[in-house]
Amino acid sequence: MTVGSEGMTRMLWLQGASCGGCTMSILESGASGWFDELRQSGIDLIWHPSVSEQTGDEVVELLEAIRDGRERLDLLVLEGSVARGPSLSGRFNMLAGTNRSIYHWLLDLAPLADYVVAVGSCAAYGGIPAAGINPTDAVGLQFEGSDVGGALGAGFRSKRGLPVINVAGCAPHPGWMMESLLALTSGDLGADGLDTVGRPTFIANHLAHHGCSRNEFYEFKASAETMSERGCLMEHLGCRATQAVGDCNQRSWNGGGSCTKGGYACIACTSPGFESAQNYLQTAKLAGIPVGLPTDMPKAWFVALAALSKSATPRRVRINATADHVVMPPGRPSDKRSS
Amino acid sequence: MTRITVGPFNRVEGDLEVRLDIESGRVTRAEVTAPLYRGFEQILEGRPPLDALVIAPRICGICSVSQSIAAAAALRQAMGLAAAPNGILATNIAHAAENAADHLTHFYIFFMPDFARDAYASHAWHSATAERFTATKGSAAREALPARARLLEIMGIIAGKWPHSLAFQPGGTTRAIELGERIRLNAIAASFRGFLERVVFADKLENVIALSTPDELDSWREGRGGDFAHFLRVADALSLNDLGTGPGLLMSFGAYHDVDGAHFRAGIRTDAGEIEALPAHRITEDVSHAWMRETSLDPAESRTVPDADKADAYSWCKAPRLAGEPVEVGALARQAINGQQLITALITADGGSNVRNRVIARLIETAQLALSIEQWIKALRLNEPFCVNSGETADGHFVGLVEAARGSLGHWLAVRSGRIERFQIIAPTSWNFSPRDADGVAGPLEQALVGTEVGTAGARAVSIQHVVRSFDPCMVCTAH
Ligand code: SF4
Ligand code: SF4
Repeated sequence: MTVGSEGMTRMLWLQGASCGGCTMSILESGASGWFDELRQSGIDLIWHPSVSEQTGDEVVELLEAIRDGRERLDLLVLEGSVARGPSLSGRFNMLAGTNRSIYHWLLDLAPLADYVVAVGSCAAYGGIPAAGINPTDAVGLQFEGSDVGGALGAGFRSKRGLPVINVAGCAPHPGWMMESLLALTSGDLGADGLDTVGRPTFIANHLAHHGCSRNEFYEFKASAETMSERGCLMEHLGCRATQAVGDCNQRSWNGGGSCTKGGYACIACTSPGFESAQNYLQTAKLAGIPVGLPTDMPKAWFVALAALSKSATPRRVRINATADHVVMPPGRPSDKRSS
Repeated sequence: MTRITVGPFNRVEGDLEVRLDIESGRVTRAEVTAPLYRGFEQILEGRPPLDALVIAPRICGICSVSQSIAAAAALRQAMGLAAAPNGILATNIAHAAENAADHLTHFYIFFMPDFARDAYASHAWHSATAERFTATKGSAAREALPARARLLEIMGIIAGKWPHSLAFQPGGTTRAIELGERIRLNAIAASFRGFLERVVFADKLENVIALSTPDELDSWREGRGGDFAHFLRVADALSLNDLGTGPGLLMSFGAYHDVDGAHFRAGIRTDAGEIEALPAHRITEDVSHAWMRETSLDPAESRTVPDADKADAYSWCKAPRLAGEPVEVGALARQAINGQQLITALITADGGSNVRNRVIARLIETAQLALSIEQWIKALRLNEPFCVNSGETADGHFVGLVEAARGSLGHWLAVRSGRIERFQIIAPTSWNFSPRDADGVAGPLEQALVGTEVGTAGARAVSIQHVVRSFDPCMVCTAH
């Protein structure tokens, strides 16, 4: 069986222990739909479990043809973690109709692909299935939390010599996934374009905090105290965006949103191990000071600056921070409305 | 007798394998396997109760709002709280948007592509259907995916992002809507209506909802454009109303609750067509054929402990039962129990649920949801709060019952010393794709597959694909 046309990039998308959310997210991509966008980008989706026509033994034949070297594989994308259990049998996640686990299929297929891409924090690091007691021994393709290793092992390199590209996020922004895939196919993304946990630096060089609509409140440590208030969410409501990478607040989600714009904390879903945190919407504190301070800021400075900026907080900012609507609009101090 | 295995069974959400016994070209017995277990219930144990709002939605990327609001409903009960009326409206708008997006995704991406298969090449309707619905290549996807993305912009405004949002709290929603945002919500609702009226129905939504008998539906579709009429013609040509008959009993937990109660009411519909109150306390989960250890049958008391080596088991899905019976859930059940005239008439005429009626119910519901979204946006009172402060959770047993696109979803939460002691989830597809129970009674899909003609096509028979996909299964929810 031959699938796809010559000259196109042949992409196979598989789902491991996933919720399908990465696919649901990427289906939002493209002005005329994702399928059109793929075609325009020269990507031939040779099979995807949610959208392709081929089913049952047609798919098994395709997978066997790739495994046996009869079909070329350019991009292998995995969504969802690799459930290795019980006892490395992979039986918590069998690939239906094949009597073989996804874990073992991945061990066969990954070395045959030019590039291997983990979409979502599950495929990258283990994600939610790896939380708590990790009932299924779930890991990422090449990481287990922030430790390199995972299902394929630390030394794994795809045919083009690259480690697994980790498009982290839960779910990732559709743009992160498409831009990473296209940067690979255009040859613009190499090993030097990845950070220490395999994330493309064009995403990971930003913090989710950059561009947050609450930045003015952050500057003055004017904080929301309960859900739906307008102030910064870092001091009381758990926001970890000063430590989490992503350009979340510099681009829009679903036509204009983001977590913090939506009124709730960044839970650092792009970070390995985000699933192990607890009390996500409460800020963990020691002696009244948030434990998770901005990564590159010494604690003493933060405390001093916070005290200073709190003393200088404009009344408007202080009042609006604990309101769910703007109660005091911007205006000059002499302005009656702002007095 | 021959036994065949169908899998990977794709264009459903998640993983599915079906085993069929075939005699004289017909299915005589079916076994449905959910081949993926992740262990959400085990992962939730021991955590602070509010962490369920982070973990539970991630059961499913296609109905994460439903999972969120089921968890929020159980937590609200644990806190003895009433949510802010605006928060309830905003939740309904977002939930309806998710459910409508699900119905569109199902129709255009999962279900219709099967009619474009070469197996139907000899039919007069095939070439138009192939042009329109061929998987990833047909013209319909170019319209449906952008319309879906536009509809989900409701999430950007209300929920921050989709899937997986923390906007849905026990006390309401986390974002107060301002006037400009309400105007944007109106514009999104208007473009959704425009898409439905132009592309899906080729008629005003009000006219579609007013259809009340099979005869009216037949004459409405005569010569009509739009993808719904297209489906109805194919359904008639293939007698899809004879295919995939369900077990009879239908159930709904009731959906879109507001201060006046449920917009779609809760209840059951018996074989005899009686609508009765929902006996929620008679819900049980049997694990006789699931790779699970025995614990209590009552979801309020049971735990989930996997046992991959269990003899006679063939699925990670437990078998939910209502008063000992398998039950079909979904848009068809919701509409029937709510007394929607056309759906009630179709079920009566056909003697139950079937492939065609399940699809019709989803599309009728989509039209209703578009209208409800418009009304809920109008009803928002912008100067009033959207969220009430969450309180402490009490110890005890709590339940959150909601309707996801695919049917009834329940979260059973037990809190002890301020921690989650147990968390049990019964998802819509756990009901529909349940394995056998201890009495050997098959689940709804297993029953619906029996009698399906496969001819000489065996595992490649497209009729099997129609029956399975007519339920719009979500396998990632099923075993969770
Ligand atoms: S809410 Fe979070 S992302 Fe926004 S300014 Fe505060 S810390 Fe930064
Ligand atoms: S803001 Fe934080 S939690 Fe939200 S998507 Fe970005 S990284 Fe993930």
